[in-house]
Amino acid sequence: MLSIAYAALFYVATAMLVVGLGLKVREYFRTPAPLLIPTTPAPLTRGGVALRLVREVAFFESLFKSNKWTWLFGWMFHMALALVLMRHSRYFQQPVADLIVLVQPFGTYAGFAMVAGLGGLWARRFLVDRVRYISTPSDHLHLALLVAIGATGLAMRFVAHTDIVAVKAFMLGLMRLEVLPLPADPILLVHLTLVAGLMMVFPISKLLHAPGLFFSPTRNQVDNPREARHQAAWAAALDK
Amino acid sequence: MATAKFETPALKPFPVIPLIAEGAMAHSKPYVAPAKIQEAIGFPGELAEGWEQRAVAKMGELLGKYRSLRVYMDACVHCGACSDKCHYFLGTGDPRNMPVARQELMRGVYRRYFTFAGKHFPKLVGATDMTREVLDQWWSYYNQCSECRRCSVFCPYGIDTAEVTMAAREIMDSVGLGQKYANEIIGKVHRIGNNLGIPGPALEDTLLGLEEDTKDDTGIDVRFPLDQAGAEVLLVTPSADFFSEPHVESLIGYAKVFHAAGISWTLSSKASEAGNFGMFIGNYEQLRMIALRIREAALELGVKRIVVGECGHAWRVAYSFWNTLVGIGAGGNDPFAVQLQSQLDARYKQPTHICELTHDLIQRGALKFDKEKNDDRIITFHDSCNVARGSRMGDFPGGQFVIPREIIKAVANRFHDMAPETIHECTFCCGGGGGLLTDDLIELRVKGALPRMEALKNVVDAHGVNFMATICAICKAQFSKVLPAYGFDMGMVGGVHQLVSKAIRLGEPE
Repeated sequence: MLSIAYAALFYVATAMLVVGLGLKVREYFRTPAPLLIPTTPAPLTRGGVALRLVREVAFFESLFKSNKWTWLFGWMFHMALALVLMRHSRYFQQPVADLIVLVQPFGTYAGFAMVAGLGGLWARRFLVDRVRYISTPSDHLHLALLVAIGATGLAMRFVAHTDIVAVKAFMLGLMRLEVLPLPADPILLVHLTLVAGLMMVFPISKLLHAPGLFFSPTRNQVDNPREARHQAAWAAALDK
Repeated sequence: MATAKFETPALKPFPVIPLIAEGAMAHSKPYVAPAKIQEAIGFPGELAEGWEQRAVAKMGELLGKYRSLRVYMDACVHCGACSDKCHYFLGTGDPRNMPVARQELMRGVYRRYFTFAGKHFPKLVGATDMTREVLDQWWSYYNQCSECRRCSVFCPYGIDTAEVTMAAREIMDSVGLGQKYANEIIGKVHRIGNNLGIPGPALEDTLLGLEEDTKDDTGIDVRFPLDQAGAEVLLVTPSADFFSEPHVESLIGYAKVFHAAGISWTLSSKASEAGNFGMFIGNYEQLRMIALRIREAALELGVKRIVVGECGHAWRVAYSFWNTLVGIGAGGNDPFAVQLQSQLDARYKQPTHICELTHDLIQRGALKFDKEKNDDRIITFHDSCNVARGSRMGDFPGGQFVIPREIIKAVANRFHDMAPETIHECTFCCGGGGGLLTDDLIELRVKGALPRMEALKNVVDAHGVNFMATICAICKAQFSKVLPAYGFDMGMVGGVHQLVSKAIRLGEPE
């Protein structure tokens, strides 16, 4: 019964994440950008733009220019999250890829960096008067959700081990549309419920900053307005 | 009222981020445009029954037309990276002047009508109905943004508050709430040809007067041609260059450069304005119609090159938007663009900034200067926001920072930059850009100038700087007005070509 409920939860959450995100990305993609508005100085070529986006994604270049504390906590959280996600991908593959085996020890301890980064970001929402002013209940809930996911994960890894072999079998089963028994371990169940919740709110919340960056005209446009005529369809119709 | 008494902020020796002071600028509002001004440029005369639904519908339309707005409404995570970057926040402490909070005024309404979470859990995500109270806040705070884009430099997603402000002003105009200063000027540019409302004959008189003055000064016949068909260059410059101090000194500078280089040029009475306030109000149709005048003048006069004078937002519109709007540029393959582009000389960048033209002539050794004529001046350079963050000059990213400074160093001996975090892409707005250069917003203008005034004070104290050069008509007008409030001389501000004008060699008087 429990296994069936969690299987259903994960199918629904995955569908909501994939479909919701797909619809959002399609909406961003289809909305035209009628004017060239890159924040200059901007790259003069497509390759340059790709590099600019890589620097934003991998190093948070603009945030680094803005505020070193926010950058430190934000970057630490996101990089740790990336390692943790990579490590978790081992529960969805058999045999485990070499890269994931390599990441395993880093991914394990990255959980601490992740929670520490979140703690720093959360502290700013109380300690800096400007950030306190702009923080909404939803901002705090997002942080609470992520911290709880991190804390339950760390608890299972370092305090009260769950039957990870059974969990992996459950996940691999889900990928073959087969429901295998899931251990009825409370920490595990909380962890999985919160993760499913995160997947479900992703496409309807500020977590859209992830796809948003790639569609941001100030960052993804080439600085070449004098060399090429850039027109949106609705704007070109005005020339007729 | 906005013209009530207020305190000019004290200049501190180093920048201090103020503690937030809620509502500190809630009283700041520009004059509302009367019905006559609104209707003259195609907007409803006043707010009428049912405006709320029309405003929401307009927002929906803009969300479908502008990817920037669509993405920026979703992407903000309230990280606070922008929270201490706006000159109006730094000068006033009003938390609604933090870019994120300014955006949030629109985001609340966006969430309520266009997102799942806002439709079903408005309290949780801070979604708000479109009400008169919200509109009043929009009116106040979207008229406290100069669209300078400094926040967009620091945002991890590149969210540009200027895009949000433009959309908000467009929505307000579309339901009959327009800003008097900006919309009156847009009416004038269509009716008369320029923002100051100078009719053709008066412009001709002015230019003849300038020819006489320049002759008296130098003994040389430097011409200021108007509507000269067959000239090589059409110069499009802000109309302030014809009448205002110190602007006119730069106009004389451009004329001397053309004279010394032997380039035939002309102004146009039809396109006697480079400024384009259509950008400030975020209205694409106005932006395009105002730019069309330049295209038409260029076609009528048969010019080979289009050169733009010292004006910040005009250069952003010219450099970044003209090719898109009216085909002034290269690379077009539709008949509309080809008609003009086949006439223009493809060996030159179209349009060209006057600084690019002068710099190129200097590089080629075509201009000679007596630099010591500027020795009484210890100069610094104020990067204008629209040039710095919304355009480029020359062939490489950042040319817009290098070229004006190289010109200054070629015509003068004494130059010092202000602190690095206040120049180049991090430059501070003068405080009067984006359609806010009006006396009904003088408190905002004075307070918004604070970060630039502090940076200036530092080079005044350290190096004895007594001249701040800039290449923007709005910066020049704004600084002339606010420098005295901070205890500086209003004559400290001037144009780059004002310095060129002083030092350039024109040959022997006849």
